[in-house]
Amino acid sequence: MSGGGGLTLYEVTVRHQGPFGPITAVDGVSLEVPRGTTVGLVGESGSGKSTLARAIVGLDPPCSGRIAVGGREYGGRREADRRRLGQQVQLVFQDPDTALDPRMTVRQSIAEAAGAFVRLDRRGREQRVGELLELVGLDAGCAGRLPRQLSGGQRQRVAVARAVAVGPAVLIADEVTSALDVSVRAALLAMLRDLQRRMGFAMLFISHDLAAVRQVADAVAVMYLGRIVEAASTESLLRGPRHPYTRTLLSAVPSLHAGRRPAEEPLLAGEVPDPASPPTGCRFHPRCPVGPARHAGRDVCAVRDPQRDAAGKPHRAACHFPYRADDRPPQARRVPPDDDGDRTPRTPGDLPS
Amino acid sequence: MGVITLAMLGSLAVLAVAGAVVWGQQADRPDPSAVLRGPTAGHPLGTDRLGRDLLARLLAATWPSLLPAVAATLLGAAAGITLGALTAVVGGRAARLLGALINLLLAFPALLVAMFFAALFGAGAGGAVFALAVACAPGFARITQTLAAQVAGTDFMAAARVLGLRRHRLLLRHVLPHIAEPLMLNTAVAAGSALVALSGLSFLGLGVQPPSYDWGLMLSQGLDRIYTEPLPAVAPGIAIVYATVAFQLLGEMLAGAAVRQARPRPEEEPVAHAARADRPASTDHVLEVEDLRVVLPTADGVVRPVRGVTLTLRRGELVGLVGESGSGKSLAALAVADLLPDDARVTWTTHRFLGADAESLTREQRRRQLATGMALIFQNPASAFNPSLRLGRQMTEAVRAHRGTPRAEAVEQALAQLQRVGLPAGRRLLRSRPFQLSGGQRQRVAIAAASMMRPDLIIADEPTTALDVTVQRQIMDLLRRVRREDATAILFISHDIALVADACDRVLVMYGGTIVENLPARELAAGARHPYTRMLVASVPDLAADRDPPPLTIEGGPPDPCGTAPGCPFHDRCPHRLDRCAVDSPVLSPLRPEHEVACWRPLPAAPLGGARETEEVEK
Ligand code: SF4
Ligand code: SF4
Repeated sequence: MSGGGGLTLYEVTVRHQGPFGPITAVDGVSLEVPRGTTVGLVGESGSGKSTLARAIVGLDPPCSGRIAVGGREYGGRREADRRRLGQQVQLVFQDPDTALDPRMTVRQSIAEAAGAFVRLDRRGREQRVGELLELVGLDAGCAGRLPRQLSGGQRQRVAVARAVAVGPAVLIADEVTSALDVSVRAALLAMLRDLQRRMGFAMLFISHDLAAVRQVADAVAVMYLGRIVEAASTESLLRGPRHPYTRTLLSAVPSLHAGRRPAEEPLLAGEVPDPASPPTGCRFHPRCPVGPARHAGRDVCAVRDPQRDAAGKPHRAACHFPYRADDRPPQARRVPPDDDGDRTPRTPGDLPS
Repeated sequence: MGVITLAMLGSLAVLAVAGAVVWGQQADRPDPSAVLRGPTAGHPLGTDRLGRDLLARLLAATWPSLLPAVAATLLGAAAGITLGALTAVVGGRAARLLGALINLLLAFPALLVAMFFAALFGAGAGGAVFALAVACAPGFARITQTLAAQVAGTDFMAAARVLGLRRHRLLLRHVLPHIAEPLMLNTAVAAGSALVALSGLSFLGLGVQPPSYDWGLMLSQGLDRIYTEPLPAVAPGIAIVYATVAFQLLGEMLAGAAVRQARPRPEEEPVAHAARADRPASTDHVLEVEDLRVVLPTADGVVRPVRGVTLTLRRGELVGLVGESGSGKSLAALAVADLLPDDARVTWTTHRFLGADAESLTREQRRRQLATGMALIFQNPASAFNPSLRLGRQMTEAVRAHRGTPRAEAVEQALAQLQRVGLPAGRRLLRSRPFQLSGGQRQRVAIAAASMMRPDLIIADEPTTALDVTVQRQIMDLLRRVRREDATAILFISHDIALVADACDRVLVMYGGTIVENLPARELAAGARHPYTRMLVASVPDLAADRDPPPLTIEGGPPDPCGTAPGCPFHDRCPHRLDRCAVDSPVLSPLRPEHEVACWRPLPAAPLGGARETEEVEK
């Protein structure tokens, strides 16, 4: 296994103890995040993406499979094991309001992280805090403030500074922009990319926000019900999604620019199935818009799991009947969104000038 | 209250320190000529078997009575808190074991444990202190465990664990500071109980042994002759009660201080008296609000989250109210629905719902009007339902109460509504409770419940924010359906400008507590004229557009919600500001029909970016 310094997941499975028996939240996920690159992990709630993140940082240890950083595994539950892992992998949480200790100043928070593995004297610590603040684009004046005296964006930068303070090889960003206002998201994402260029860590960027993923990720993996259903380079996946689930997901993203939303992309039927007893075969089959429920003769979907056939391809789509790569993605077409019949078509042509 | 507490504690402290010095000798001086006397002028409380003055003994015993109580409490607290806090930082299995241990210890009544250990350690002050410490430790452990579990579940503890911080550091740095306040309070109260318990032990002969003495022992000695001479027994009793009450009050005071810290200061604001504008009521308008202002007292001072909002909703209109955090959008909506807490001060010049002025109605009429004409849908549908009641009851409650609809008919209506929101298994659903549904289902039930009354206005506050995009789309389609079929006006509050542009007819953009622009939704992407709206639009990444250049960031932060400075709220971030922008507040004024802007210098119709779209528009 060659991670090249990056993160490698091989057949990782995580089970939770649910109220009615074990729930497999992450089921045999294999993924590689090479050094210096970013992989976006996309999925809706219940897809297992956050559980996977917690598994990688050791908060929710996997029950089988391998997680390796730079080719080495960091298992074990003792304090020493945890510390070895912590030096390699760090996590930035979704909500900056709760991820920082409300009683510690920015300086204390960052200094604590910076001194977690190396002894620093007073001067060294002050200097390191200054460096880190600069790295995440905060001015030194913030150091004396408490988290509640900062804006959401600033708080998230402090959280990032804390995470990179140990110089990790892998950074996991779990929904880091979803609690932020849209006007500061872009800057945070740009900062993360810049940081990655300077420090060279591998980044797993978990988000349900496809636009954010697109801005930072080199490659994207889409999760549904504990499995990766599609993975490819960012452009390839967003421009030419091949898995039906990815297409539905993309078409549901609202667009500011009127008239981009297609009418004929069907809504997802039903609810996300209970992860305690997932559907057989392809896990998407009960809801799939092109699956056995809508197309006769596609019964194979309910029987055979498409996961295996997809493994190893550059654009892997775990589907027996994937869309062709040259099939245009849903949001690039301009279709009047007259799905309800209650609205005049909003093609740009009929704007009053 | 505080003064009394401090006076009581002070008197105890003085007595404790000075008691033995001043009265010590007198207390130990036997007087064979005056044994077992009742109260006299020389001996206000009488004397004991050896003729020693009881008042002097009582006062001199303050120190030996209080010190062991405090010591036992501190010892027990230290042991218990350590035990309880450890559960938050050790691994899963160890935490469970510790938890079980605490449960086991708690299963024994504290006083029995104390007596057992007092006997074990041997009678005497030292033994009693240790016994009591052992007895009160489990209680502390349990409280600490509960409090620490809350801290352990927070993200910052998870972050600290991911950092690989050592356990003692987690404990000292992150867990204990957060639970210190309630623990201090608890310790103060426990000291009071410890005093009573120690006195009890002494009374039983397990505590202080003669010739030493404390209040408990004096009480027990006084009790021998309580029928002939009550005072020698009552006086030490009073002393014990006095000290216990002092400790209790100290606890209350600490608790009060903690609460005060968290509670906002009440505000001192004159009510701005509403100058009634006499605009004729329009039948087409469901809601008309003019110059709505909200002032809220908070811990950091008085904030003015809403500073003059004017809006009008027509029948069947779906209007989006967008803004970033702190723009005041939710508070404005809550103020319209009369749902703000009592300490909020809400003023307006016009507030007309369904053609009736808010001032012209009595409180009762108004409440009724809002209950029947307006419905709310919240971000978290769980909060809208009572978790313990079946959904059917909750859905039908309103129509049955306000319309007097019979039960069977109400259920039929509920079923029809559920059918409409795409939940056909209606009857089963009506029997279920909120937690049995997924977030998307719950939000759909909330919409069904909201439309039960056929309201004229639905205020939906970020109803899709907690949901996935695919579910979000279902919910938006539902809301559109409701307004089309029932001609309900919907005020849709959201931070998601793309969603609002996509789903609404008209958009109100809020910034710094004011509405800065009001325009048709389809013009939002390319036709916005206010600099803030324009920048907000430019900051939204578009999946279909090119990856470069990256979306724009608006530098700087939102205006201070406490500030009272005049001028345009956006002026310190606005690249187009004029000199007057800092001093004069722009008002929302029409640019064209259907398009209003609050800006001294609206941008020209051609946008900064997205030139391609404009060209298409203008062709
Ligand atoms: S395998 Fe079949 S059911 Fe699954 S996504 Fe592909 S077409 Fe749909
Ligand atoms: S009023 Fe002045 S400061 Fe405010 S948005 Fe307009 S130009 Fe900018």
